[in-house]
Amino acid sequence: MKNRIRTARPHVNRNEALIFERSTPGKRGVDLPPLDVPPASPREALGDSYREAIEGFPEVSELEVVRHFTRLSTWNYGVDTGLYPLGSCTMKYNPRVNEAVARLEGLASDHPYAPEPLAQGCLEVLHETARCLAEISGMDAVSLQPAAGAQGELTGILMMRACLAERGNPRQYILIPDSAHGTNPASVTISGYQIRNLKSNERGCIDLAELSRAMTGEVAGLMLTNPNTLGIFETQMREISDLVHARGGLVYMDGANMNALIGVARPADFGADLMHLNLHKTFTTPHGGGGPGSGPVAVKTFLEPYLPSPTIEKLSDGSFRLNHDRPKSVGRVRAFYGNFGMAVRALAYILANGAEGLRQTTEDAVLNANYVLARLRDVYDVPYDQPCLHECVLSDRRQAARGVRTGDIAKRLIDYGFHPYTTSFPLIVHGAMMIEPTESASQDELDEFIEALRSIAEEIEEDPGFVLKAPHTTRVARLDEVGAARKPILRWKP
Amino acid sequence: MSYPTELLYTKDHEWVRVEGEVGTVGITDYAQKELGDIVFVELPRPGDAVTAGESFGTLESVKAVSDVFAPVTGTVEAVNAKLQDQPEMVNADPHGQGWLMRVRLANRAETEKLMLADTYETYLQEAKAP
Repeated sequence: MKNRIRTARPHVNRNEALIFERSTPGKRGVDLPPLDVPPASPREALGDSYREAIEGFPEVSELEVVRHFTRLSTWNYGVDTGLYPLGSCTMKYNPRVNEAVARLEGLASDHPYAPEPLAQGCLEVLHETARCLAEISGMDAVSLQPAAGAQGELTGILMMRACLAERGNPRQYILIPDSAHGTNPASVTISGYQIRNLKSNERGCIDLAELSRAMTGEVAGLMLTNPNTLGIFETQMREISDLVHARGGLVYMDGANMNALIGVARPADFGADLMHLNLHKTFTTPHGGGGPGSGPVAVKTFLEPYLPSPTIEKLSDGSFRLNHDRPKSVGRVRAFYGNFGMAVRALAYILANGAEGLRQTTEDAVLNANYVLARLRDVYDVPYDQPCLHECVLSDRRQAARGVRTGDIAKRLIDYGFHPYTTSFPLIVHGAMMIEPTESASQDELDEFIEALRSIAEEIEEDPGFVLKAPHTTRVARLDEVGAARKPILRWKP
Repeated sequence: MSYPTELLYTKDHEWVRVEGEVGTVGITDYAQKELGDIVFVELPRPGDAVTAGESFGTLESVKAVSDVFAPVTGTVEAVNAKLQDQPEMVNADPHGQGWLMRVRLANRAETEKLMLADTYETYLQEAKAP
């Protein structure tokens, strides 16, 4: 059975001891030269903060430290290592030219406290990035402050609240479809609203009749993702937003899935009042690890007064300034003006592609997801059977009959050298397998991935027990997730 | 596992055992199987008010965190403190030792809307059908 693995990358199968376990008493990383000044008493200088020794501190040589961390670094699996089809995460290639641009002396070395006349270049980069994002989303104004998607959501819902409060009543509830990302209910709750769930219809989309029943005068608005987490486009978006607006509510769009829309459709055109974008998903800035993230918010004109303070303005003489005089603003949500380096990278990506290039990335992303769906549908169940956009959702229904679930299949995929897809999400699909290949994947790579999943389906037919014990080729065997959660050991002890 | 006839069931897969003015509440065997291994249980405090159909706590499994909904309205008299250290009891004995809370009922008439064991089993069969 193990001969099946044709595409796996070689693992260095040896596990790595902790640096603490490599310690040898008395070993030193460096030899300090003899003291050539009068000795001072550290105890006197440091008082209570002075310690004779640190218990268990590893005593290792410089080379041992270098080798230990270099070996660990090779364990990483990232976009630079191979396909990373984690659905809803848009793990696409981060072009190296972005890094070159972000390291330009003038951009990388400027100080956030530099006076405005000396920071005109950076302010222009931010202003231009915001302008591009406004054009892409169809919105009128953008703040780049939020540090990630969930903070963008929080900022957005706070703006909704501020706007409705000024109209006389902030209202009490926000509607969220049962297919939503988990951050949506969290953002709503932290903003002081209560959640009302909207049940999806048989197509996995918003049910207009259900929405009409739920959209009462107590409801501040609807928070939705389009395309939704099934990768399906809400075709009735106009009707949905008209209904919410007619009842005095606002439409918030979660921009997590914008990789399906850029250059093709604009949320403002189909009725969204405000949204966030994820620069670390859609706009190729590093996603975790090398991050940080960035979650700009984009709004229509009537919400502009509530944007986080400060905003960046272009004056009539062509210069830029930060405007702190914003009495209706929800306030500052992030130090300085957000994660500046991410705006630089996103702008580099947008300008390098241009309108046509961005449209092509969307078309390629959608084509790739549909290719995966088309080539796997005869072996895996398709719970909501229709063409998808940038990601597709399969289910483990057929394999579950043999006792193998989505998480088991994902673990077996590791043996084939791929990062797993997203498991058990969205929640409305039982045993969900959510796959987002992005436009970065070539057809060859997709074929390898598809063959791996087809091969696993065969393995399950022949010997489900083998898949249930996966992964087989990694340094450590399957981890006891339940034990780790119930009785976590949070600290290593000798 | 069969569904005890002395319990009343909700569509959200909770049960309640009514004894006098007090109802003991838990989740059904079907629910524990669907959730998978429970690793953490968050329950209300004695004295808290719970409302039928609304969330009174959360169950965390390796897969997801899920709300649990109160089958009845009332005041919490006691919660199953043993679940703090042994959340696995919800999986091992969902209709017995894995109970979640005891509620002093505010409105006994509410329980008439709940399902009997045979109705619940039919409901499960229908839900499973594709």
